[in-house]
Amino acid sequence: MATVETTQANGDTPAAVRVRGVYKGFGEGQTRIPVLKGVDLDVALGEILLLAGPSGSGKTTLLSVIAGILDSDGGALNVLGSSIPELSPDAKTRFRKQNLGFIFQQYNLLPPLTAAENAAVPLIIRGLPRSQAIARATEVLHQVGLGDRIDFLPAKLSGGQQQRVAIARALVGEPRLILCDEPTANLDGESGRKAMELLRRIGNRPDRAMIVVTHDSRIFEFADRIAHMEDGRIEHVKQNHGRDHS
Amino acid sequence: MNYIALKMLYGDRTKYLMLLCGLSFSVMLTVQQGSIFWGLMRWSHAGITNVNAPVWVTDPNINQVEEVKPLADTAVTRVRSVAGVDWAVPLYKGVLRARLADGNYQQISLVGLDAATLLGRPAIVREGRIENLRAPDAVALDQWAVDRLGGPQKIQLGTVFEINDHKAIVAAIVHTQKSFQNIPFVYTTYERALTYSPRERRKLSYIVAKPVAGVTPEQLARRIAAETGLGAFTAEEFGWKTIVWMLKNTGIGVNFGTTILLGFIVGMAIAGLTFYLFTVENLKQFGALKAMGTGTGMLARMILLQSFTVGLTGYGIGVGLATLFGWMTARGGTLPFVETWPLLALVFVALLGICALASMISIRKLAKLEPAIVFRG
Repeated sequence: MATVETTQANGDTPAAVRVRGVYKGFGEGQTRIPVLKGVDLDVALGEILLLAGPSGSGKTTLLSVIAGILDSDGGALNVLGSSIPELSPDAKTRFRKQNLGFIFQQYNLLPPLTAAENAAVPLIIRGLPRSQAIARATEVLHQVGLGDRIDFLPAKLSGGQQQRVAIARALVGEPRLILCDEPTANLDGESGRKAMELLRRIGNRPDRAMIVVTHDSRIFEFADRIAHMEDGRIEHVKQNHGRDHS
Repeated sequence: MNYIALKMLYGDRTKYLMLLCGLSFSVMLTVQQGSIFWGLMRWSHAGITNVNAPVWVTDPNINQVEEVKPLADTAVTRVRSVAGVDWAVPLYKGVLRARLADGNYQQISLVGLDAATLLGRPAIVREGRIENLRAPDAVALDQWAVDRLGGPQKIQLGTVFEINDHKAIVAAIVHTQKSFQNIPFVYTTYERALTYSPRERRKLSYIVAKPVAGVTPEQLARRIAAETGLGAFTAEEFGWKTIVWMLKNTGIGVNFGTTILLGFIVGMAIAGLTFYLFTVENLKQFGALKAMGTGTGMLARMILLQSFTVGLTGYGIGVGLATLFGWMTARGGTLPFVETWPLLALVFVALLGICALASMISIRKLAKLEPAIVFRG
């Protein structure tokens, strides 16, 4: 893998995420633990950015702050043109519903729902009629290679298949930003690789950005850039020249 | 989202069944015990309901129907003189002993009706004719008396036995409501009842009356009480007076009330706790929904839907089981079981309250839930 140092997203593409001097800590008074200590980061549309770093470096906290599910303590955060800290809690919820897709480490599929129903959840949350939502989710499940598993419950699917359902769920609502938290942590090397290939192949679009939190160096090759976090700060961001952007 | 909520509810089958069992059991116990209690209360004033009279005139210090305080014989004419009385007739009521041919004794509740009119007669006659009471020594037994005195094989029309050493001949078999004391009813004429009864200075137990058209039983009772100084009640008022006396003096209310309350509390506590655990164990799922853009209001609606769905299902099953119990065990009136809509409504409202409370605790938990929980592996 060939990487070179770069700190900013490509200046020619509009920024999907712009983080400037963001701080976040947990606890109060003397027990307060600072987790983000002035993070600066840009993510461009059409880009896949991997957020790497040791445990406790603040990767997941940064992801949560970008998603608007944790409030930052200071700094500026603009996501898809919206200043997240200025949004009310309800507006943040609406923003996530309309613009974001999520892939979780534990997949967090709803056990009693079939693969198609799970993949349809973001559309159902948006108020789409169930039949339409499931029809659209079924299309996406075909795209991720689970066309023959649409009526399976999560318990009947392998880890890799569950992650593909989670990918379908993240994509079904056509979000402009996809946030992935350790998407390959519970998968073996081959399955993890396949999941990232799939995400790159059908998820990567010029009008969409992806941020992937990971420890897994085997998937670095799927990133456009890799941001390395250390002790609550972005230590460096490297362009991955091994990728073909054509 | 309703679909997802219900799928989540039904998906965890063990907890769903636990919830359902807790609620159903609680509702069944409450309705069953409440219905038995109310059945007993109905039995407590069977002496009133078995005599079809709209107004009862009594001693002014009467407490309940079984506590007879005899009136002076002149009271009948005084009552008849009150404006608005259509008819007023004497009624004897007393507990006596019947003796069978085989020498066995059995307590009976003897009711003496006005011979001319037979007013206050039971509504249902199974065998014979009630008018036959006018024949010498004639009495009418209710179905319980037939059973107690030896059963249908021994006790038939024409069977002879003794009441307080006086001859009695079965002239009719009637149907009545069982009494709280479980003493069977025997009907005869007023005058014959006086001959059966022990020697006393006063023997007129009650006067039963009916208002003329245009006067309500309540109005007539008030007039009689005001003009004669006697006690006067509608049948319903006298029934309630008897029920209140029973509740105050027998401890039955506390007894049943404790059982009902404990059954309700235990059942509902199990259900509430299980529902809370159900929510807690699904926190990750709720967190994921919240992260994906489900608002707290929507999650609250999902919780309420789950709670009320299981609540209403449990209510239906519980009431169904209690009704089945009543139908199986209380057929023919051998056990007190009266399922009334106020009881069902009360249990329903209480159940809704518990569902709402259990929901509120869960909703509070979800409102505080940080969706970031889903990012913690």
